[in-house]
Amino acid sequence: MNSLVCIKQVPDTTEIKIDPVTNTLIRAGVPSIVNPFDSYALEMAVRLKEQHGGTVTVMSMGPEQAKEALRSCLTAGADRAYLVSDRAFGGSDTLATSYILSCALQYLEQELGKFDLIFCGKQAIDGDTGQVGPEIAEHLGIAQLTYVAEVEMKNDKTIRAVREGDSYREVLETDLPAVITVIKTAWEPRHGNLKSKMAARRAEIPVITAGQLSQIDVTRIGLKGSPTKVKKTFTPDLKKSGVKVVADDTGDCACNAAAYLAGIKAI
Amino acid sequence: MSEHRNLWVYIEIENGKAKSVGLELLEPGRRLADQTGEKLVAVIIGKDLEAVIREVMSRGPDEIIVVDREDYSYYNTEAYTYAMEQLVKKYRPSTILIGATNNGRDIGPRLSCRLSTGLTADCTALGIDEESGNIAWTRPAFGGNLMATILCPDSRPQIGTVRPGVFKKVKADSARSVPVIREELPVPAGTVRTRLIEVIEDLAGEMVNLEEAQVIVSGGRGLGKPENFSYIHDLADAMGGAVGSSRAAVDAGWIGHIHQIGQTGKTVQPRIYVACGISGAIQHLAGMSSSDIIIAINSDPDAPIFDVADYGIVGNLFEIIPALAAEIRRLKSGA
Repeated sequence: MNSLVCIKQVPDTTEIKIDPVTNTLIRAGVPSIVNPFDSYALEMAVRLKEQHGGTVTVMSMGPEQAKEALRSCLTAGADRAYLVSDRAFGGSDTLATSYILSCALQYLEQELGKFDLIFCGKQAIDGDTGQVGPEIAEHLGIAQLTYVAEVEMKNDKTIRAVREGDSYREVLETDLPAVITVIKTAWEPRHGNLKSKMAARRAEIPVITAGQLSQIDVTRIGLKGSPTKVKKTFTPDLKKSGVKVVADDTGDCACNAAAYLAGIKAI
Repeated sequence: MSEHRNLWVYIEIENGKAKSVGLELLEPGRRLADQTGEKLVAVIIGKDLEAVIREVMSRGPDEIIVVDREDYSYYNTEAYTYAMEQLVKKYRPSTILIGATNNGRDIGPRLSCRLSTGLTADCTALGIDEESGNIAWTRPAFGGNLMATILCPDSRPQIGTVRPGVFKKVKADSARSVPVIREELPVPAGTVRTRLIEVIEDLAGEMVNLEEAQVIVSGGRGLGKPENFSYIHDLADAMGGAVGSSRAAVDAGWIGHIHQIGQTGKTVQPRIYVACGISGAIQHLAGMSSSDIIIAINSDPDAPIFDVADYGIVGNLFEIIPALAAEIRRLKSGA
């Protein structure tokens, strides 16, 4: 059971603030983390490995500093890590990113053998698109299972997964290899211990560049190879000048609030 | 590119019915198609669709394309992507709108990748870029901290998923009649690798369709303990709403993840959102700040939830909620 987990280093959006003067995001000093959904995906892969053997490889596309995120994945149970990094990859949208990752995956398979399962988080908390996982599956021509909460091996060639719909859950089976995108799971990802932290700090993380991917079509990568373009960005104004009342008398307060709801035809 | 014409709305089917978001999208679809001088076309894939076709027809498309056969009796990524790919290749639409449900966000990237075109996820506003005439897709990112407007200038169709609840359905007109084009599209053997084994329905009432709820009452850390979610259930019951929660209450194990609203949970846009004992961290706001009316009940007068609330009550929620629920029931009963 050989798994590849695609992870992304993202700014901790809980720490992002808006500059009140320029009305833009302040990203300086904001800590970088492994995208939380990718951590759930990694934990799922590691648990499968513990049950069935095999290896867990992690891969991330990003700048040199993304090695830090890969190291924390090594601490949390991954066996080896690769960084996909090249200036030519910069500015890629999800289609170009997924294409690069699928090329890097095929490159790794020459060295490591075939991956049975490719895990991604359901979406990254910075872009929030959820597109890279299904697009990797399409580039590779393999099955995808999105919004997966649980997975188990049915036999060597088949997995069974619980997938979340909007208002139901469904059990699906699919043939391997397949791409799985993972939602928040019932358990928390492990953090590793001192020993695994030490090992992760010493681990070598090879970098895969555009030059190594001999098959890659350079017209399909980077800003130029991306069909979508960002026209503009702006910060939303969430603040409202609503009514705020202090509930000195519970009965009066409830009456007023109910009258307000009736006034806007909410009840 | 010039041979691509018409704006499509993908109508998602669940349990034999059109999901609300597909019908909602016919409203902006009509507006955009009128602006570009194109036809608005609804596309429906499923099984036994006659009632759905009538419902969709009443909401104003110029034309409906239907694929109705056993192969599509239940959503399957590979089968549905195959059907959409074939339809796009045959009819060459310029634009496709898809609801940003789990299944919409499953087929969207699979289809756009197969067609080598651009996809913009989770849009909350749609317009036309004046300079280029492309669709201007506006969407939140960074957990709602930033909005971005995206264009897909050089490839067609331009595709976007759009969040449920952003647009309102146009009024149904059952007298309308428009052409219905039927396509067979049997799924070729070997296309489908994923098999549905079982649907786990919402038997325990645990699964709630928050995305389509008109009223949501949510509880957070301020409830103090799991049993106190009974207060939330009581108010939700009085208001005819669904129960949501903040991440804090989910992480504490007081309520299931399926109820979580916010960045790592669901994004909702009900008419009325009542936040009880929720402080209003940006991650929670990212999931609910687009609600039409926000009511906040919190004991901390400085809680950030009050910044986004239309009606804020500072006080003890264990006293206010039962009183409010009782008053609402009294008003509703006309007593």
